[in-house]
Amino acid sequence: MRITIASGKGGTGKTTVAVNLALSLIELEPVQFLDCDVEEPNAHIFLKPRIERTRSVEKLLPEVDGALCDQCGACADACEFNAIAVIGTRVLVYDELCHGCGLCRMVCPTEAIHEVPHELGVIESGTVREFPFSQGRLNVGEAMATPIIHELKKEVIPDSVVIVDAPPGTGCPTIAALHGADLALLVTEPTPFGLHDLGAAVGVARTLEVPTAVILNRVGIGDDRVERYCQQEGIPIVMKIPFDREIASLYSVGIPLVDAVPSWKERFLALYQEAQSFVQNAGSSVASDLACLSLPPVCVRTRTGRRGRQVSDEQERRRQAATLQEAEEGGVK
Amino acid sequence: MKSILFLSGKGGTGKTSLAGAFAFLATEKVLVDCDVDAANLHLLLDPEVVTEGEYEGSKEAVKDPERCTSCGKCRQVCRFLAINEDFAIDPYLCEGCGACAYVCPVDAITLSPRESGHWVTASTRLGPLASAELYPGEETSGKLVMLVKQKAGELGKQVKAKRLIIDGAPGIGCPVIASASGANAVILVTEPSLSGLHDLKRILGVVQYFRIPAYLVINKADLSEEMSRKIEAFAATQDLHVLGRIPYDRTVTTQMVAGKSAVEDTESPAGAAMRRIFDHFMKAFNDRR
Repeated sequence: MRITIASGKGGTGKTTVAVNLALSLIELEPVQFLDCDVEEPNAHIFLKPRIERTRSVEKLLPEVDGALCDQCGACADACEFNAIAVIGTRVLVYDELCHGCGLCRMVCPTEAIHEVPHELGVIESGTVREFPFSQGRLNVGEAMATPIIHELKKEVIPDSVVIVDAPPGTGCPTIAALHGADLALLVTEPTPFGLHDLGAAVGVARTLEVPTAVILNRVGIGDDRVERYCQQEGIPIVMKIPFDREIASLYSVGIPLVDAVPSWKERFLALYQEAQSFVQNAGSSVASDLACLSLPPVCVRTRTGRRGRQVSDEQERRRQAATLQEAEEGGVK
Repeated sequence: MKSILFLSGKGGTGKTSLAGAFAFLATEKVLVDCDVDAANLHLLLDPEVVTEGEYEGSKEAVKDPERCTSCGKCRQVCRFLAINEDFAIDPYLCEGCGACAYVCPVDAITLSPRESGHWVTASTRLGPLASAELYPGEETSGKLVMLVKQKAGELGKQVKAKRLIIDGAPGIGCPVIASASGANAVILVTEPSLSGLHDLKRILGVVQYFRIPAYLVINKADLSEEMSRKIEAFAATQDLHVLGRIPYDRTVTTQMVAGKSAVEDTESPAGAAMRRIFDHFMKAFNDRR
């Protein structure tokens, strides 16, 4: 099972949840930890892993041989990212815009382009208290985080409980971290910013069709709009963590909550059990949705749609599914 | 027109809260939200939309299954593993480079533009705002950031603004780099924790890489006096100008719930600290120029 801990807003407590969930599970399950927040990986501060292997993640950058190039501009015309341009008699490559797709090399009629590897970052792997740990680290000054996350996900060990700490936001790095997860735990806080960004994160999880539950952190600050939103949308809140200076000060010096306050271990174990049954139920409800041929096909991923419509499509789909389920249950009785 | 950008590396340190305070205190400004993944600044501003539009980000490869002969050439050239064994294209993995379309011998693949987001310019109670929102699951946030900055520049010319107050994204990657290009000053907002310091070092690396003058604010400083001191000691080694500390203060959240900045509550200790930081910054920034 792969559980990805994500959030729209940063600093809501993703790493706290991921680290403590992993540490609570180690005696029970084969756990693996992946820190996919490759721009700012922080889990290592709490887990203090022993790093045993480091490998480089590269992209291929074009290099132009001036002797062969006749400045025809085919490469610049083909590049979708404006990463290569012909200026006078020179061809310029903008490293940070290049995605390393290799199309320029393919289209070059004089074979003047070859490719050279360029390091984007590294994957570091090792162990924490006997369980496997891997993290990605984007090199400072590099823009492309996504290839490192894809590489990092290749480290996934089948049949383990993989805890993935995702980057904040809703963009491509977040998608890369969430893609293929069995469960998204979205961590938020009860504030207007927390609510707004939770809505965006829920949108991402839904477009990726990942079952979603919410963890509410810093309960006691702010207002109750996040709880009302979750109720409206039918998203379960599976854990509440109070705002507490003790928790904040443990965090500030890198001490995992479950190490300092063992009673939290039981709460994280309960969270895991809830997560397990939630994933099983979500799996069966997807299956029953598929069986409902009378349901109209709903394109969950609406390219052109606004966030609002997407949600309402999803609501509509669930409403129909619920009605059908009720009808079915009625039939059995 | 000078642009003042708020960054943090780590998320949730208080970038938007401080940017909101600057929005209230600064004059002759345009407000800009470059955190297109999680744009929150408008929640403090009570905006009314003036102009808006769709944003076409990257393209995506779309296959015509009628034409496809399953030759597999596309899968061979795709470096993003976006084409599976059955030669179906995964839109989340597709980067829209067009290599597959180029090699397809029967022209079964075309690149089609996708609407990836939405930009707005708005008038707000604290001045004009340029902002944007990336649709869930979309890519190319960097390009959308560039578009927002362009809209902000146009707004700035219209109202003859002297400064752009720009709220940035967390992290150090694509949207951050897009927002940092051309900035005149970066205010880094951190918090007193090992994570805050770790992430500060990385974002400072980016800011130094672009040679932008950087200033530091420690938010919620009293949550760990020890870490606040460590961060100040680190700043001293980096020629990083510390503008001040902000204490942890619940009125920041209660003001946020009311759609306001902490500086609008004259009783708020955090608000008072933000005022001092603003004055301190304006003086330091003007002296530098």
